[in-house]
Amino acid sequence: MNPAFSVIFFTTASGAGYGLLIVAGVLSILGELPPDTPFAVATMGIALAAVTAGLLASTFHLGHPERAWRALSQWRSSWLSREGVMAIATYIPALGFGGSWILPGLVPGPRGAWATAMIVCALTTVFTTAMIYRSLKPIPQWYNGWVVANYLLLGPMSGAVILSALVTTASGTNFVLAALVVSFICGAWARKSAYWRTMEQTGLPDAGSALGLPGQRVRSVEWPHTERNYLLKEMGFAIGRKHAEKLRRFSVVTAFIAPLALTVGAAFLTHSWAILATWIAAFSAVTGVVVERWLFFAEAQHSVTLYYKGSAD
Amino acid sequence: MTSLPAPGGKKLGLVIDLDTCVGCHACATNCKEWNTGGHMAPLTDTNPYGGHQDGVWFNRVHTYEVSDAGAATPESRTLHFPRSCLHCEQPACVTVCPTGASYKRAGDGIVLVDESKCIGCKLCSWACPYGAREYDVTEGVMKKCTLCIDRIYNENLEERDRVPACVATCPTGARHFGDLGDPQSDVSALVRARGGTDLLPELGYAPINKYLPPRSKSGGGSIPPAEAPAPKAGVWALIDRVLTR
Repeated sequence: MNPAFSVIFFTTASGAGYGLLIVAGVLSILGELPPDTPFAVATMGIALAAVTAGLLASTFHLGHPERAWRALSQWRSSWLSREGVMAIATYIPALGFGGSWILPGLVPGPRGAWATAMIVCALTTVFTTAMIYRSLKPIPQWYNGWVVANYLLLGPMSGAVILSALVTTASGTNFVLAALVVSFICGAWARKSAYWRTMEQTGLPDAGSALGLPGQRVRSVEWPHTERNYLLKEMGFAIGRKHAEKLRRFSVVTAFIAPLALTVGAAFLTHSWAILATWIAAFSAVTGVVVERWLFFAEAQHSVTLYYKGSAD
Repeated sequence: MTSLPAPGGKKLGLVIDLDTCVGCHACATNCKEWNTGGHMAPLTDTNPYGGHQDGVWFNRVHTYEVSDAGAATPESRTLHFPRSCLHCEQPACVTVCPTGASYKRAGDGIVLVDESKCIGCKLCSWACPYGAREYDVTEGVMKKCTLCIDRIYNENLEERDRVPACVATCPTGARHFGDLGDPQSDVSALVRARGGTDLLPELGYAPINKYLPPRSKSGGGSIPPAEAPAPKAGVWALIDRVLTR
């Protein structure tokens, strides 16, 4: 599948933004969130900016962005529509939580209730994003049980690493948060590695079946057209698979190994060095997740390519 | 509404005979000709006379060499394969649509796009295993085969012309149109007689359109010698015997 910039930016930015909201909500419930206002403003600002920028970016690739409001209507059948509804709904508890954190007394109700609602809404939004891909049967690399877990771990992981940098800057190492960061990184790393191992054994159906002639060997002799058409531009992307092994290694180092080492190391460093280490961890993790997401698209094969490639040699 | 309608009795669709298709592309050409002025018009082309030309087509004809994968010395044949929307009974292209632009008609099962609601997110084209939907970059909306709804119900046309443009034009009669929901229809009888198949049945889209596999070659598939063998009787046999001696 063609890894369009807008979709990669949308899923990684909004994933990190919702992840930041989720982890901030969890820390708030645990009573581990520093109360100071500049930190609160920075955390909520970064989270909502990432979410909003992601949502706006997702409308850039539309043919008719002015009709985007219509995408909220088909939540009964469409995961994309459900994602749109949940993304907007999440603003309500997120703003409620942010308000009660930044200016106590501004918003009615206990902050814990806002935090709980925000965690549930943000997790549901990331889940609906994952389900858009997980429900597409023509793409075996997406139509499997690993995809939802990967999204639900990678979003909170990026959020946790960013929050760790913010908390360390505001008030030094927080061991509860560091433990959360380490758990999310280990969980996401394990699931992503298992996904990649499983994908080695996953491929498209038989090209004979695509022609209604199961068991027959099919060699494409002539295409219907001489130039690349919409189908091939959108769904016939092969560069990702060519460099997949190298890019996977780069993604593992930047998304998982480096942030893990830096987060653990930061606990033993002086405050200023810990700040530097956690920010490098955050930028490294975000870079790694962007590469992971690029691979998620670029390695995905669509069954329409069977009509162009025929049977594998 | 992108939720699917309750299954109706009528399932209009095509039956395509891969035995008689000669790969002339007339169906694709006439489809383009009719539909660029039809319900989903226009079928835009970009840069049509230069390099890297691109455009929207509802029907594409592929050509393959097909051989029996199991055989020790596989017999191969040329196969022409027209590919278009199969108007599936379980069209995920419809249910993934976030706006309600894609829909399946309850009355006859035809899958259509309401262009005025389409936001051009392209998700429906990802959800189609068969590559039946093509995005129009100029109009910013998704386009697809309409089964020529503007012909098959068109009372301004003579009754014999009320078939899809691809069917009307096929010079070898390889394309058949009818109600596949009616077991008594000609197309249903044809599918039964010739063992019509679904494309990618394992994905569960339950296509309405069926493809008739090529018949086995006469003589069991072996190619007869180009030159006739020596005769066993008659004048030529006598001459053959004399000269052989």
